[in-house]
Amino acid sequence: MTTYRDAVRTALQTLLREDDRVFLMGEDVGRYGGAYAVSKGLLEEFGEDRIRDTPLCESTFVGAGIGAALGGMRPIVEVMTVNFSLLALDQVVNNAAVMRHMSGGQFQVPIAVRMATGGGKQIAAQHSHSLENWYAHIPGIKVLAPATVQDAHDMLLAAVEDPDPVFVFEHQMLYGIEGELDTTATPLSPWKAVIRRSGTDVSLIAYGGSMHKALSAAEELDKGGISAEVVDLRSLRPLDRDTIVDSVRRTHRAVVIDEAWKTGSLASEISATLAEHAFYDLDAPIERVCTLEVPIPYAKHLEEAAIPQVDRIVEAARRSVGDG
Amino acid sequence: MTLDISRDHALGLLRDMIRIRRLEEKSAELYSKQKIRGFLHLYIGEEAVGVGAMHALRGDDNIVATYREHGQALVRGIPAGEIMAEMYGKANGCSGGRGGSMHLFSAKRNFYGGHAIVGGGLPVAVGLALAVKMKGESRVTACFFGDGATDEGEFHESLNLAALWKLPVLFLCENNEYAMGTALSRHVSDEDIVNNPPGYGVPADSVNGMDVVAVERAVHNEAELVRETSKPRFLELKTYRFRAHSMYDAELYRSKEEVEERKQDDPISAFQSRLLGEGLITQADIDAIEDDAAKEIAEAVEFAEQGEWEPVEEITRHTYARDLS
Ligand SMILES: Cc1ncc(C[n+]2csc(CCOP(=O)(O)OP(=O)(O)O)c2C)c(N)n1
Ligand SMILES: [Mg+2]
Repeated sequence: MTTYRDAVRTALQTLLREDDRVFLMGEDVGRYGGAYAVSKGLLEEFGEDRIRDTPLCESTFVGAGIGAALGGMRPIVEVMTVNFSLLALDQVVNNAAVMRHMSGGQFQVPIAVRMATGGGKQIAAQHSHSLENWYAHIPGIKVLAPATVQDAHDMLLAAVEDPDPVFVFEHQMLYGIEGELDTTATPLSPWKAVIRRSGTDVSLIAYGGSMHKALSAAEELDKGGISAEVVDLRSLRPLDRDTIVDSVRRTHRAVVIDEAWKTGSLASEISATLAEHAFYDLDAPIERVCTLEVPIPYAKHLEEAAIPQVDRIVEAARRSVGDG
Repeated sequence: MTLDISRDHALGLLRDMIRIRRLEEKSAELYSKQKIRGFLHLYIGEEAVGVGAMHALRGDDNIVATYREHGQALVRGIPAGEIMAEMYGKANGCSGGRGGSMHLFSAKRNFYGGHAIVGGGLPVAVGLALAVKMKGESRVTACFFGDGATDEGEFHESLNLAALWKLPVLFLCENNEYAMGTALSRHVSDEDIVNNPPGYGVPADSVNGMDVVAVERAVHNEAELVRETSKPRFLELKTYRFRAHSMYDAELYRSKEEVEERKQDDPISAFQSRLLGEGLITQADIDAIEDDAAKEIAEAVEFAEQGEWEPVEEITRHTYARDLS
């Protein structure tokens, strides 16, 4: 068994060993070993040239990653958390996403940016938000949200290999989870959603940290005789519309789980997609289980109440099948 | 002081300044005819900066520029026709019509664009220099930006990072005394811009940006020091823009008298008089340059006029390496 954290590190090691152009940079990735200990030990193996501790300047080190990618390198940039990544949004939106386009296809920005996201650690309203959909909104970049140990590994490899800028969101509650890691198997395409559990009565559509809550909810529902299917989105841009729509066409009911605030969320996007493409297949209104419209509170009971939990998913699914 | 340069060298500098001036005068005319739309920022008055700097740099040095980059692009070798076609929005433009006047690019000429987010090109230049250094090359990354950009956090972050990591970046600040309508004294706490970089360990110097030969020498010296030491340096080029900030600007923030007075210091006529005075060139040389430039610009306009509009069916191209839709 391997942890999610170790799976990311294994992928980093493979990339750094196999390709001279690859390097890692970010705040505290070297001596400190990474804020979430992902890059622990890499400085010793690869040296300061390739494991670069940056000053605290998100905009400029993300921008420098973009420049290095333009210049033929394969940078992996770690931003401590999604909240801090907002300081680099200029470089993401105005440079990474548009350089290929504005140059008429002459330049590309093969950068991979990793960052922690999500709540659950009682670190309050400046360290716990889920802003994946801000990124998923932007044409020109790709967005991945690995939920499993295998995906944490495989998706980073894919992100670095990709000729376009790829943003990888690692939910901070997942770093310690354990799972099987097979580094020899042919990886699944990172751009496709996957059915993590088959079911017939309702589709639970989730990604990242919430995917595990959806799986727990499905077990709970099973006890009450409701067969829930769990769709792991995996890629948030591009969205795998076909897999989502196919699942709902079979189950006729959808619950979308998203740790972002409901208003303007990815859950909204998926709901609209289902309304457009599976409207006549739906037997019940689409349910959305999202974070309450409040900054993430510090107090444990309030934080738990704010973000989607298994019981809320179960309730929504029951309402959907008319068993609420 | 006499100019210590050869006749050919002098003609080369003069020719490029005149080419830029005529290209831009034509662009302004075509803008009023609505052939060119959007934002158009003219470099008129500042040509000595772009020409001196681009002549001093090596062809394989990386260039990152701003939205006021027609001059640098032309001197780097992007054909006038491709620049004009880009301003028209035609498919035969140097960015395929996707960029326009503010976003001229050329991969094969190491021209990493016109950037229109003030300060936004600096981190990219730092990263290009990082790539150069990691690959063990000896190319300089020259980054042009205005005085206004020195207000931005990305400017300060970039100086710090480039100095900390010893990256071969040449920061070229085109100080034209205004950031749009805001005069230098109203947008920086210390008007002496060269005082800033040394605080980050970046040596800084200043040069008269209206004197093409002085610019060329200064940039050459700075660039070679950057190349030798693999450390960043900063050069302020003191200049002045004779035209509005962009075609939308009513110029309410400065007097006509001020602009008229500064136009007396025109970098092109000053250089011409000097060369004529020293007997290095004759009026016939100038006439020949003007004739060639007129021809080049006329052909550029023709190239743009003849260009195709990219079919709308191709609109999502160049968003990703492979279309996702
Ligand atoms: C981040 C950002 N803020 C504001 C603007 C709008 N704007 C465009 S040019 C400009 C002035 C910039 O002045 P300077 O850097 O001195 O360059 P100059 O135009 O004088 O060459 C401003 C405010 C912008 N493009 N980007
Ligand atoms: Mg200015």
